[in-house]
Amino acid sequence: MDTEILARIQFAFTVAFHYIYPPLSIGLGLLMVIFEGLYLKTGNKHYEVLTRFWLKVFAITFGIGVATGIIMEFEFGTNWSVYSKYVGDIFGSALAAEGLFAFGLESTFLGILIFGWNRVSPKVHFISTIGVFLGSMFSAVWIVVANSWQQTPAGYHIVGEGLNARAEITDFWEMVFNPSSVDRIIHVWQGAFLAGAFLVLSVHAYYLLKGRYVEISRRGFKIALIVATVISLTQLLSGHSSADGVAKNQPAKLAAMEGHYEASSPADLYLFGWVDDKTQEVRGIKLPGGLSFLVHQDFNAPITGLDAFPKEDRPTQVNAVFQFYHIMVAIGLFLIGLTIYASFLWWKKKLFNKRWLLKIFAFSVLLPQIANQVGWFAAEMGRQPWVVYGHLRTNEAFSQEVSSNQILFSLILFFVVYTILFLLFLYSLNKKIKKGPYEEIQTDLQLV
Amino acid sequence: METILGLDYPTLWYLVVGLLFSGYAILEGFDYGAGAWHLFFKKDLSRRIAINAIGPLWDANQVWLIIGGGALFAGFPVMYATMLSAMYIPFMLFLMLLVLRSAAIKFRSAEEMKWWRRTWDIVYFVSNTLIAFLLGVVLGNLLQGFEIGENFGYQGGIFFSFLSPYALMVGLTTLFIFMTQGAIFLLLKTEGRLHARLTFLLKKGMIFFILSFAFTSFYTLIYISGVTDKFKENPVFFILPALAFLAVANVPRLVSKKKYEYALVFSSLTMAFLLMLVAFQMYPVLLPSTIDPKYSVTIYNAASSQKSLGIMLTIVLIGAPLLAMYFLFLYRTFNGKVKLDDTSY
Repeated sequence: MDTEILARIQFAFTVAFHYIYPPLSIGLGLLMVIFEGLYLKTGNKHYEVLTRFWLKVFAITFGIGVATGIIMEFEFGTNWSVYSKYVGDIFGSALAAEGLFAFGLESTFLGILIFGWNRVSPKVHFISTIGVFLGSMFSAVWIVVANSWQQTPAGYHIVGEGLNARAEITDFWEMVFNPSSVDRIIHVWQGAFLAGAFLVLSVHAYYLLKGRYVEISRRGFKIALIVATVISLTQLLSGHSSADGVAKNQPAKLAAMEGHYEASSPADLYLFGWVDDKTQEVRGIKLPGGLSFLVHQDFNAPITGLDAFPKEDRPTQVNAVFQFYHIMVAIGLFLIGLTIYASFLWWKKKLFNKRWLLKIFAFSVLLPQIANQVGWFAAEMGRQPWVVYGHLRTNEAFSQEVSSNQILFSLILFFVVYTILFLLFLYSLNKKIKKGPYEEIQTDLQLV
Repeated sequence: METILGLDYPTLWYLVVGLLFSGYAILEGFDYGAGAWHLFFKKDLSRRIAINAIGPLWDANQVWLIIGGGALFAGFPVMYATMLSAMYIPFMLFLMLLVLRSAAIKFRSAEEMKWWRRTWDIVYFVSNTLIAFLLGVVLGNLLQGFEIGENFGYQGGIFFSFLSPYALMVGLTTLFIFMTQGAIFLLLKTEGRLHARLTFLLKKGMIFFILSFAFTSFYTLIYISGVTDKFKENPVFFILPALAFLAVANVPRLVSKKKYEYALVFSSLTMAFLLMLVAFQMYPVLLPSTIDPKYSVTIYNAASSQKSLGIMLTIVLIGAPLLAMYFLFLYRTFNGKVKLDDTSY
């Protein structure tokens, strides 16, 4: 296989693996802040138990997130040296800000968060929890800013030509607030909150099904349900706004998301379907003119299709972009239905009566994870063939001096190490859940 | 070109990067160094205490690597891209070892089984040792220079060319410097049997530290071309090697007097002076080309734009004091000897 493909596979694999963890950390961070805040406010021991229990899970996800994140930082240089030289001037400030403001904050307070229970006062501990949570939120900001700049570059100019061409920053704030960054930051945060909230929902649903830790699980479940309901609903808004931005700034990506080929005609909205790139046809269930309506509030408004772009400027994997995008949307809609239904039952005071619902929640932990993954796949594959939209092609961005054998070597190494890491993660998560927040002999009564 | 205090922006950023990597070497120096002693401790409890000595700190210390790497990417993208792609294999191994090391710290004490802990102890020991060694190897390669041609294209060997004898020697020296740093740090954090064991080990090990340091220094001075040129031009900077030697000589003296706090300070200073020495000697070159000096990567042909460097310097001015505060707070919280409790690894 050639170097470019291997470099892309390696990047996709390492970043997809990495992205299992930071969203969990951000989402769990939010819930820990709520749990610990409630504990400090009410003094109720149940919330302390919840905080301490989820902190243990948080420690693992955070740790793996950092370890796999460092690899991403250096992989730009090892595998994508042309890209690194091209964007260094732009990403520089974003990365510097990430390191100092975000990562410095979360990593130093992490030590206090995990090991400091017996060394600092509850208030200081709570401040550390907030510090770690905010740090992880800021981290997401700067990373998404950098990625958004690749999607919708702003605040820069191009200097030099050929191999020496590179983007240089002209306006920091314009770069930070490039057309897609705000929508995408919010969308990513919400995806992360959902990942964390559904992990909490899942584990407490499991306990409730088993009849263990009933009192704290009810509390934990309800709090996570509030977060999940609010966020999955508002996720729809940021998703819509994000898609509007794609329509405006990256029309080729939008066209690929819905498999819309004709250069300028009303576009349909598919519930699901299959794109045949050769015949340029989509089979599936659709709302005719639906995409036109969503973008222009008019079923007959024309939408730029893929045919408007030269072949070499279009995403190559239209069906993949279409599928990933639709899976994300479908999951998003399902989560809205699920959480609203559960909230309705809570209002009717029947939340914990339906075992089948708890079972769905127990498995639902996978859904935000899948949505987060496929959402990114759609965003990144939809940007192809560009790595920096409109400026630098992916097939020109990889390290020319690195051989395919080297990448194959590191790819195999990554594969082995990450498989071990993933198994360890599942094993230790499972063990922590099975073991529970405290020794089973202790009853809820003793806690109060 | 704009300047601050007579220094242009690339030079200022060179100092920032140098400072970050010195911080990384000093802080992770004792983390990796402590880990490189791991199998020398026989009791399970000793090993657990040793890991928990760095327990609450290592994640924070690692920030220096992340910020340092980011600063290099940000300020000198050409250097970042050229060095990492040319040193592909050592960096991939380094990254993989970092992951394994994190896993070892997190999972080692999670189970009681003997085989489990034994396996992780070995992983922990090997990864720490090799990380320290590889960092030195990369430094050795930097000092020697790379085969860089036009447009910063790397033309050297692909798989094993980074293992030159000189690089291996710098690698070993780095390992011994880190191990000294690590042992002194552990002495500060432990008591009783482990403390006694460490005193013994450090006493025995110090000789390697001194010998490899002396040997590498002399070899560098004699065989690496042009190393002494800068100093001949500016004799006042001879103070740097002089200080480095004094710091090195001071470490065993303080250790034998059991003044471990000061010993840690001087062992840290050793690293700082050595890196300053390297930085001063190479300036303004970041990566010498062995093909033709005109192809070398320098802070000027590798730097980001004036505008970008200006923004980043502002960010550093705001961020650095904050980071310093976090670190002070963290180190104060976990000051003193290791006490295992229910939150420990």
